[in-house]
Amino acid sequence: MEPVTDRPFPPGDYPLIVVGSGPGAIQVSYSLRRLGVEHAVITADDRPGGMFLRFPFFQRLLSWTKPYAPVPRDTRAYERYDWNSLIGEEPAHRAIQAEVMDGSSEFPSRPEMEASLAEFVRRTALPIRYGARWQATRAEGEDFVLETNDGEYRSRHVVFAVGVAEAFTPDFPGREHVAHYVETRAPESYAGRRLFIIGKQNSGFELASGLLSWASRIVLASPRPAKLSVQTNSLAGIRARYVQPFEDRFMGGGVFILDAAIDGVERVGDRLLVRTHASDGSGSLDVEADEVIAATGFTAPLLDLPALGVATFGASRLPALTPYWESASLPNLHFAGTLTMGAPGIKKNGVGGTGAVHGARYNARLLARALAERHFGVSLPREPVAPGAVVDRLLEEASDAPELWNQKGYLARAILIGPDGPFDDGIVPLQAFVDGSGPDGAAMTLEGDADGSICPVAYVRRQGAISEVILDPEPLHEFRASADGRRRLSEALRGVLP
Amino acid sequence: MADTEALIDELAGLALFADLPRPELVAVAHTLEEEWYAEGQRILREGFSGTGFYVVLEGEVAVRIANEERARLHRGAYFGEGAILLGEPPGADVVAVGRVRVVNLAGPAFREFLMRHPDFMYRMLQEQTRRLRSANRWSR
Repeated sequence: MEPVTDRPFPPGDYPLIVVGSGPGAIQVSYSLRRLGVEHAVITADDRPGGMFLRFPFFQRLLSWTKPYAPVPRDTRAYERYDWNSLIGEEPAHRAIQAEVMDGSSEFPSRPEMEASLAEFVRRTALPIRYGARWQATRAEGEDFVLETNDGEYRSRHVVFAVGVAEAFTPDFPGREHVAHYVETRAPESYAGRRLFIIGKQNSGFELASGLLSWASRIVLASPRPAKLSVQTNSLAGIRARYVQPFEDRFMGGGVFILDAAIDGVERVGDRLLVRTHASDGSGSLDVEADEVIAATGFTAPLLDLPALGVATFGASRLPALTPYWESASLPNLHFAGTLTMGAPGIKKNGVGGTGAVHGARYNARLLARALAERHFGVSLPREPVAPGAVVDRLLEEASDAPELWNQKGYLARAILIGPDGPFDDGIVPLQAFVDGSGPDGAAMTLEGDADGSICPVAYVRRQGAISEVILDPEPLHEFRASADGRRRLSEALRGVLP
Repeated sequence: MADTEALIDELAGLALFADLPRPELVAVAHTLEEEWYAEGQRILREGFSGTGFYVVLEGEVAVRIANEERARLHRGAYFGEGAILLGEPPGADVVAVGRVRVVNLAGPAFREFLMRHPDFMYRMLQEQTRRLRSANRWSR
């Protein structure tokens, strides 16, 4: 370990503290620095990367970076096709992911993702204090004090970007015989073994896909039926990359997918017996296996924050957040990265925002902007828009804005009407626009429906009341050229625009 | 999945889910999503399409039309089904009064959910009939 004096951010008081060194923490720190907000970044890790230092287990991401997209790499519109790079302001800080990929797949490998994040930190010269593990938290007056192995950090504002990476296995008899996903061994060590995987989410099917050529039999089980992303037309579902086990199942290739709850696991001699009962009440089934792995998810590693007053909810114990990612129960604690899923947005058709990098990087940038403006006296200019150009601006954004494409129904482009006429309020959380008060204006977002169509949807605020204007889908998503969209949007804005 | 066992027990205590055998309840608890709302947050929005079905687990919610409160719903009550069944945007806002915890099912999944759990559908029908009868009494 280097001497403490050579590391940035020694223990002490800071205007703001960011905890973490994954994509969420790096993006929020970068954006804060660009806005001139002084802050410390501390992390338990010894290098940048967060969860990508370890996962995915089979070393290939589910998120694309398309080296050859319909738009040039140096444009903002390219971000829609590059789900993995962090968002820099200068050309050298943008689209780094594609530079470090070997061309074998549009899905980067885990080491390529790690390299891209490290390269971003290197090029932007982002200072981070590594090896400083946040261990406990207390409130003192208006400040929070973070206890770390390095000493105490004090600030009124903290951003936690610590991922949702704490392995979780539900409690059932015989849990001690079950390994978690994070304990999966090298694939070849499963050669000829009968494998039972608890959980039918992507992590379960990632293991099943990766071990198809090693395990002699694979059984996947959980109470809820598995759905494919190509059926739900959303990221909620098993991704196409992991569909092979479904095909093996109906071909009788030694893969079995059960809708059943796990009653327990017993060791019987040198084998394990998994006791299950079917979700449809049709009876119980005992399944023999050599190995049982729980792909039962992860929880947010919030340590003592719930005891301090941070409300959490749901299976992953996510912090309940405001639309701008502040704890809904304990002000001045903010969250970035995967944890931004704690603000699910308005969830039309059940689709919430994503905590994956392609969406959370924008949340982090907006969080930095909100912190800078609300607490650090930064005033960001708002670009005036000619009244006659508002409809075009909104349709352009629906066609090209990567924030809208990557956070559908969650982020929006807002144009408000001020005393001097319309101005661009930037990208905003849609929920903040539709549930907040403010001047008349419109927010444009994109929404996907259950049939897989993608439509621009404008929310128009007129004297505090919001109306929803759903425009028609376009076969090639060229919304800017839609005469019907232009006409309907113009009608909806009549009386709102000066 | 951390609190799914607790959620199963919680659902089992609500009239709406009372007839479901344990295995079915387990599947239901894995299908519904838990959500948390702070005071004043809107859960259902008047006039917005694509809404979901909700059951109140903790706290209370206010039903508001044009900002005027029309009803309060408490633990065990449900809302949002009308908009999904009729394919129309909701005619009211539903707003959290204090902190509220609910379980949610997305609109597109509602039909399949009802078909898969007929005992749940029967309980819902009973409740709808009660609501209708009560409305008829009022209107006489």
